[in-house]
Amino acid sequence: MLNIKCPYCGDRSQKEFAYGGDGTITRPKLNQEISDEEWDNFVYLRKSPRGKHIELWHHIAGCRQWFKVERDTTTHEIFRTFKPEEEF
Amino acid sequence: MQKYSVFSLIKNAFSNHEKWDLAWKDPTPKKEYDVVIIGGGGHGLATAYYLAKEHQITNVAVIEKGWIGGGNIGRNTTIIRSNFMYDDNARFNEFGMNLWRNMSQELNFNVMFSPRGIINLAHSDAQMNAYARRGNSMRLNGIDAVLLNREEVKKIIPMADFSDDVRYPIFGGLAQPSAGTARHDAVAWGYARQADSMGVDIIQNCEVTGFDIEAGKIIGLRTSRGDIKSKKIGLCVAGSTNVLAEKLNMTLPIETHLLQACVSEPVKPVLDGVVTFGAGHFYISQSDKGEMVMGGDLDGYNSYAQKGNLPTIQHVLTGGVALFPFLSRLKMLRTWGGIMDMSMDGSPIIDKTHIDGLYLNCGWCYGGFKSVPSSGWTFAHTIAQDRVHELNEGFSLNRFSKGYLIDEKGLGTKTWIS
Repeated sequence: MLNIKCPYCGDRSQKEFAYGGDGTITRPKLNQEISDEEWDNFVYLRKSPRGKHIELWHHIAGCRQWFKVERDTTTHEIFRTFKPEEEF
Repeated sequence: MQKYSVFSLIKNAFSNHEKWDLAWKDPTPKKEYDVVIIGGGGHGLATAYYLAKEHQITNVAVIEKGWIGGGNIGRNTTIIRSNFMYDDNARFNEFGMNLWRNMSQELNFNVMFSPRGIINLAHSDAQMNAYARRGNSMRLNGIDAVLLNREEVKKIIPMADFSDDVRYPIFGGLAQPSAGTARHDAVAWGYARQADSMGVDIIQNCEVTGFDIEAGKIIGLRTSRGDIKSKKIGLCVAGSTNVLAEKLNMTLPIETHLLQACVSEPVKPVLDGVVTFGAGHFYISQSDKGEMVMGGDLDGYNSYAQKGNLPTIQHVLTGGVALFPFLSRLKMLRTWGGIMDMSMDGSPIIDKTHIDGLYLNCGWCYGGFKSVPSSGWTFAHTIAQDRVHELNEGFSLNRFSKGYLIDEKGLGTKTWIS
């Protein structure tokens, strides 16, 4: 069982959260010509690293806020959790 | 190679079974091979076997980081089926069904293929309609599909919960009577033994550390047991696909996730075939030893751990008990996990890459076991002829950017909810 520290609510059980995937992907800007390659990168291509992974989580059964988690994909150790605007 | 038969069994009984030949050798890697297959699981070993048998390419090495059959080929729930709606998946896996039927004879190794049938249960009228549509698609591709109503399902699995007050009543189901199960380890060992006898080197405890690429062509690879030259390299590494892709500077439409399975204590025969719950993610069959073999959802977040977390097991078995109440009284014997190469549309990739001589076989999600023979056969063709076979031309790497997805379940790119 993961124990995830929501940056808004504090430590909670994994059961309160929903996963949101790779947190490093940014959507191409609106109202601009976007190449097929850019769409491909955004929609389909993922690094899915073994080791440190920045990902989105949703505190769906709590405050319903989205936030980011840096977690090890092999040991599941969580290094830090942060609000999306707090990045790095 | 020693032929396995009842006579060789009796003969070896006289020497206390101490004089059997090794099933495959333990060679040191040569400096150069015509083809190197990375990954000594079901798909890799089957590819090596069909390269030797169908294309007479025997100067082949299978490189395995651990021991052969230690990954998903030994961790799956052994289900074999071809009940797909889309042509690419249906034809590919139905081709594989024919290879399964002859596998024990062909490999001289008892893989215990047992066509005991599969039923996908439906729990609403809409689901029945969807199954009718899929069943019709299957029949158009020559696959046996039978739509069952509630009473017909009850005859086959009377121990399921057919009471009136359940949350997800059983409306009926879609059956593929020719589907079944097999002994998964034997599949790896059978392919390994035959490939070895035709000259393939099976090199275990040998981890790939890098690739040598020159002018867009692959020329060799570096391993923990020395450098190996080869102009053709095939990747069959399932859950490690993203790790090797990083060494190749490739980004793939693949995410790596963890799937768990579990078995109960053995009980007397109660369940004939394979059954899947249609209202949650849960599937079950009974092994020849009597254990109930079960599985369901992914753990739900990217993982390379090869072991799972309890909340998922609890969630899966809650669905299991809703369908088969008798399960609540069984003790769990073991749970385990394997890492899955989840593709963005749920269908595999068997293709060439932008690097000349590098071939990719991945994206099996959690359904790679049934495809071991068809994947090996088509991947061997793709490598030997340097072009895809018509059976795997749909499983291209660029189908995502081109928009030709094969999204059987319509789940899209959220691989962790598949």
